[in-house]
Amino acid sequence: MNENVRTVAPASDVAREAIVVRRLAKRYGSAADAVDALHNIDFTVREGEFMAVVGPSGCGKSTLLKILAGLMPASGGEALLNGAPIAGPRRDIGVVFQSPVLFPWRSVLGNVLLPVDVQRLGRERMTARALDLIALVGLSGFERRFPWELSGGMQQRVALVRALIHDPALLLMDEPFGALDALTREAMNVELQRIWLERRKTVVFITHSTAEAVFLADRVLVMTPRPGRIADLLAIDFARPRSIDIMNTDAFGTHVRRIRAALNAGGGIE
Amino acid sequence: MSRGVRNFVLRLLLILGTLAVWEGVVRLFAIPAFVLPAPSSILMALYRGFASALYVDHLWVTLTETLLGFLLGSALAFAFGIAVALSRRVEYFLYPFIVMFQAMPKVALAPLIIIWFGLGLTSKVVSAALVAFFPLMVNTIVGLRSAEEDRVNLMRSLAASRGQIFWMLQLPNALPYIFAGLEIAMIFALIGAIVAEFVGAQSGLGMLMQSMNFTMDVAGQFSVLLILSVLGLVLNTLVIVVRRRVLFWDPSQKLDVAVPEKGGTS
Repeated sequence: MNENVRTVAPASDVAREAIVVRRLAKRYGSAADAVDALHNIDFTVREGEFMAVVGPSGCGKSTLLKILAGLMPASGGEALLNGAPIAGPRRDIGVVFQSPVLFPWRSVLGNVLLPVDVQRLGRERMTARALDLIALVGLSGFERRFPWELSGGMQQRVALVRALIHDPALLLMDEPFGALDALTREAMNVELQRIWLERRKTVVFITHSTAEAVFLADRVLVMTPRPGRIADLLAIDFARPRSIDIMNTDAFGTHVRRIRAALNAGGGIE
Repeated sequence: MSRGVRNFVLRLLLILGTLAVWEGVVRLFAIPAFVLPAPSSILMALYRGFASALYVDHLWVTLTETLLGFLLGSALAFAFGIAVALSRRVEYFLYPFIVMFQAMPKVALAPLIIIWFGLGLTSKVVSAALVAFFPLMVNTIVGLRSAEEDRVNLMRSLAASRGQIFWMLQLPNALPYIFAGLEIAMIFALIGAIVAEFVGAQSGLGMLMQSMNFTMDVAGQFSVLLILSVLGLVLNTLVIVVRRRVLFWDPSQKLDVAVPEKGGTS
């Protein structure tokens, strides 16, 4: 259902495109031994869409995320969020990193309220919302606990809630479940889908797992390294909510094989 | 628990045994008191000193000097540490001077400090502060710079200001280092105060030891040394108690290992 995004003229559809990336490039190092981390990247993400970016390490997907988060300038091209260029960090973006990055001196509630403190949104007003979100990820009763008292999966759920607390227009996730064990990871995928269905944020989700990308995303962007570029873009039109069992269907396997083929053709799998 | 009790008893027995051997050797070989006093005569000196309130007065003086020096030295170390950690420019221009100053032996500086600040309290506080300063400053710098990149990126991604990154991330993150520095600074302040008292003072435990040295009252000197080491232990414990309160979240607090000393000695 999202396939038409690529064919419809951008001008007529601008209002509904949350992210527009045009000829985006990133080059590291000096002229002599420069490395192209990103080379002419073009894609758009519609409002409320779940976009997965899959690729091997070194394909520039983390660089892409850092540019979208405003943590790093691009070397060429542009990235727009709701029509405005991303020039630096913005208040309407939530980021989830590979590690939970919780502050050990803050409780669960305190960590969730970090964006509220930084952006001075008012703790009194936002605490109720924080408690709701904590309940949404099944951590009720842990509000006053500290990060070291939580398992890895619980910590990452706190990180997810923290990224949602200030109601960002865009959620950027950089291999958020990469450090979790396989079972916890599946559970987190199901949970993320549930939260996304409830909140309908625009999501850019970076992963090196093809199965995770196909399970979660509306569309999957396949990237290959040296230089980092887009090898394929495919729409995943399974009905939602998806159960973890769809991973065993033929249609799921077809998508995964197509992604693998694109990765192989690009020299992505070493 | 029973193992803890047993270890405690063993420790006590070891101390008592050592004292008994010491006492026996001194009596058996009739070692003169001005060479090595017996534990019993040290205890007597201790008792007499406290009974006449002499030790209490001098202890109070030294304690005041140490605590004021600790506060002054820590405040300066903290201020300079923050300035150096946050500004490469300050580091470039200031840091070499601070290191050069630190390299000077404070014992050699003490006579000058006495000349500049007099025989009273001020010179002792200055000396204590100077000795306490460096380890805390180095630890403050290291601590403030040790914030993980991911955490800094998280703060930046929220559009946090430079000041917010400092107050919400760098400072709490540096606290374990700062407390390690404070622990060393407290002991160093005591050393600094005693050094200055040795060179010239009207009161204080260091001055008391000097005067006992002139009268060959070695048992008295031993008793003052005992007071000084207990004082050091108490002051150190004070910092540790505060640290445990503040750093309840720091996993390294659970292992009670000695913190490696980052500053130089004096």
